[in-house]
Amino acid sequence: MSSLYDVIPPAPPKGVSTRRTTINVNGTSQTLDVEPRLLLADLLRQALQLTGTHKGCDTSNCGACTVLFDGRPAKSCTMLAVQADGHSVETVEGLANASELHPIQEGFKQEHGLQCGYCTPGMMMTAKALLERNPDPTEDEVRWALSGNLCRCTGYQNIVKSVLWAAKKMREQDQEA
Amino acid sequence: MAPLDELKIGGMGASRRRVEDNRFIRGKGNYVDDIVLPAMLHMQILRSPVAHARIKSIDTSAAWEVPGVRLVLTGETMAARNLAWMPTLSYDTQAVLATDKVRFQGQEVAAVIADDPYIAQDACDKIVVEYEQLPAIVNPIQAQKSDAPLIRDDKENQASNKIFDWEIGDKAATDQAFANADVVSKLDLHYPRSHPSPLENCGSIADFDRATGKLTVYMTSQAPHIVRAAVAMVAELPEHMVRIVSPDLGGGFGNKVPIYPGYVVSILASILTERPVKWVESNSENLISTGFGRDVYLEGELALRKDGKILGMRMKTISDHGAFYADAQPTKFKIGLMHSTFACYDIPTAHLVSEGFYTNKAPGGVAYRCSFRVTEAMFFQERMVHAAANDLGMDQAEFRKVNLVGDDMFPYRTAFGFLTDSGQYQKCLDVGMAAIGYDTFKQEQEEARKRGKLLGIGISTMTEPLGAGNSREYDIIGIKMFDSAELRVHMTGKALLRTGAKSQGQGHETTWSQIVAHELGIPAEDIVVEEGDTDSAPFGMGTYASRSTPVAGAAVAMVSRKIRAKARKIAAHLLEVSEEDIEWELGRFYVRGNEERGVTIQDCALAAYSNIPDGLEPGLENTAYYDPPNLTWPFAAYLCKVEVDAESGVWDVLNFVAVDDCGVRINPMIVEGQVMGGLTEAYAMANMQYITFDEEGNCIGANYMDYLLPTAWETPGFELHEVVTPCPHHPIGAKGVGECATVAGPAAFVNAVMSAIEHTGVRNVDMPLMPNRVYEALQTGKDVSGMPPVLSD
Repeated sequence: MSSLYDVIPPAPPKGVSTRRTTINVNGTSQTLDVEPRLLLADLLRQALQLTGTHKGCDTSNCGACTVLFDGRPAKSCTMLAVQADGHSVETVEGLANASELHPIQEGFKQEHGLQCGYCTPGMMMTAKALLERNPDPTEDEVRWALSGNLCRCTGYQNIVKSVLWAAKKMREQDQEA
Repeated sequence: MAPLDELKIGGMGASRRRVEDNRFIRGKGNYVDDIVLPAMLHMQILRSPVAHARIKSIDTSAAWEVPGVRLVLTGETMAARNLAWMPTLSYDTQAVLATDKVRFQGQEVAAVIADDPYIAQDACDKIVVEYEQLPAIVNPIQAQKSDAPLIRDDKENQASNKIFDWEIGDKAATDQAFANADVVSKLDLHYPRSHPSPLENCGSIADFDRATGKLTVYMTSQAPHIVRAAVAMVAELPEHMVRIVSPDLGGGFGNKVPIYPGYVVSILASILTERPVKWVESNSENLISTGFGRDVYLEGELALRKDGKILGMRMKTISDHGAFYADAQPTKFKIGLMHSTFACYDIPTAHLVSEGFYTNKAPGGVAYRCSFRVTEAMFFQERMVHAAANDLGMDQAEFRKVNLVGDDMFPYRTAFGFLTDSGQYQKCLDVGMAAIGYDTFKQEQEEARKRGKLLGIGISTMTEPLGAGNSREYDIIGIKMFDSAELRVHMTGKALLRTGAKSQGQGHETTWSQIVAHELGIPAEDIVVEEGDTDSAPFGMGTYASRSTPVAGAAVAMVSRKIRAKARKIAAHLLEVSEEDIEWELGRFYVRGNEERGVTIQDCALAAYSNIPDGLEPGLENTAYYDPPNLTWPFAAYLCKVEVDAESGVWDVLNFVAVDDCGVRINPMIVEGQVMGGLTEAYAMANMQYITFDEEGNCIGANYMDYLLPTAWETPGFELHEVVTPCPHHPIGAKGVGECATVAGPAAFVNAVMSAIEHTGVRNVDMPLMPNRVYEALQTGKDVSGMPPVLSD
């Protein structure tokens, strides 16, 4: 039997009911036949090999699996892949283009906003949603927005600085544009 | 020629941005769970739901029937291959899959290997295990009762639940000091059990190749070389046929030092199925079954003279190690380096007695961001010091100053025999006091009290032993604690560096290059660093106990110097002068008296492959093994100001000042990142982070809803300061730092809260200082103990 988990097979394997699901992932439409119980995080990581979305806990507490679901942060380990049918999902792999980093990525590097890197993709996706809604947040607003994402290495101070660095850069870019 | 600017080439002292970030910020890290091998199978483990029970039967037949299941393993199948038990890193044994009994909730009972993890989990749920429950022992007080059930009835000559008795110091002299004391200050404490909780859980992919006989295991390990030796022993494979690869690690904090049953089961599963087998545990599994930290009880006493001088110190510790003594400790020291306690104070005599016990809990006592129990040692120390100053009616800072080892007393032999070698303890404390406004605090506190506000200030000062070995004193299961570095300089002057350490976020790829840049003048960006693959990295003991910079970092400096020595011979050949006639400046050799005539290190590298002097071996590479002459002794002075809300017991940090002296800083940005991270874990332990067990041994705290970790919202900001006293024996003067903040931090928070509430008569509230505990102390004026429930008779 081929495995649904490793690679989504072209035809569903015998005895396993699947549902055709179309998701726009990082701007590209993907149509897949998925087992209804497959978690969105597993679909991204295994079927689409987008392993930047990490799984840290299984209780929606750590936020390492945070993606943007129709532009809003969502914990992909607590969503079924089929729930994303007809929706858009943005992952860390969609942040940079071929030549340029997103200002949030730059901010995390400049301000030493990461150590082991495991929470980083989720942190950055949450930060992106914040800055889209609030381009000039205060430190407290950043801390509150990130409070669904755990980090065990940095103590958050530099993560907050990273987001503020990105906010400033994005405002400057907007003014230039 | 203008000399090279060291900061511009990313040398020592440069806050160079991290190389590893380039992949992490793109989501291109390579953690164990990201690795996919062709034809890979997936494993899930069935765990015990109860803490202590005899296994009557295990029925796996229904699991085998699930489509997609390839293999089901139980203790019996492991035992048939002599793999039901494995040795631990502390000369004990641990069950891989349970055969006779289960001894803690969450213990590994069976495993299913299937085409995907969902199927494996389905099949796990179909395994039927019949348990005959036994009374559970959930703390060492119960464990030592004469009629307590014997947890380790598998061991010969194990008549009780006691693991060890250990003692150090001069009992007679200490007893005499107490007899001569004006005041004896006593304090009983519990340092609660908590979990290191790296965000990435543990896992492995075992890949056994029948054709070559080689086993490759990708694994979440902070110490891959130790694992290779252990796997070779356990699996009875020749060591050269075992390759351990530790890829990117999502944090470790000591949790990824031990060898876990899941690793071993995945290895056997791969051997049996002849396919790669991936095992990645869930967070709940990680929380209930892998290396806990702490869980030590203290009875502490200080003998004091009226003028504040400490005359002697007595400690008794009782530690709870869970069902298997599996925390790695240096062989000689059963309770780690607990006896480093009070190392920063000039104390004539001291005595420590330690007892360790088995309980029906997961194996515990790993060095959670800590150099083998020093976190407990320094917390006990600073809480005892705080209580003693109060007992004498002395100011906290003044009492410390009377007793701190002075700058002119080094090298200083502590009462327990450690040799501290450098520091400016008073200066660090002074810097911290000035920064937090210590002198005006008393007045501030009194005025605030008039307005009904409770302010407190807490101090924690300590030096701790980081960077084990030396190898005379320190080993793990007999393997001496040195470390290594291998440097290959290619012909264009670019280089590849490998070490026996293993970064888990500390930024070795960035820092090690800076040491090479400092020693050789090769720009840091021209050096690539690799770690974690035992087939390519030189043998080393891995990264924990803040030992990377003290030991592996020293090896990096030493191997660079070996390279420079050879390059000097090549330079002499190129410059057509004798070796004695050339001088070195960063990145370049030149003829003495003729500075213009020189060759760069890159010129020497090219010549090493293209223009070798007669009699010299070609190439430019070398390896250094470094056995440190002593531990490194960083110092920390932390001061914390809090406000306690009398109505609720909630406390807020108003200001936290951290002064760290970790010697020479290689990358100040990274050092500060380590300190802030450590302080956050200290805050967590002081405020919320603990795991307890109910009377039946059920783990209360098996997920992040019950086991609280601080978020960005609660975590306070920190103000950092530095003092630099270079390490006298380290080649670049550096000391360990990664754990200072976790070690010294908790007492600063607790002492601050106590300072705010001790006017009520309360002397101690055990961590974590949750609002209900603080509130109770305020209401009753009595101590609040964190003792877990004791089963009644």
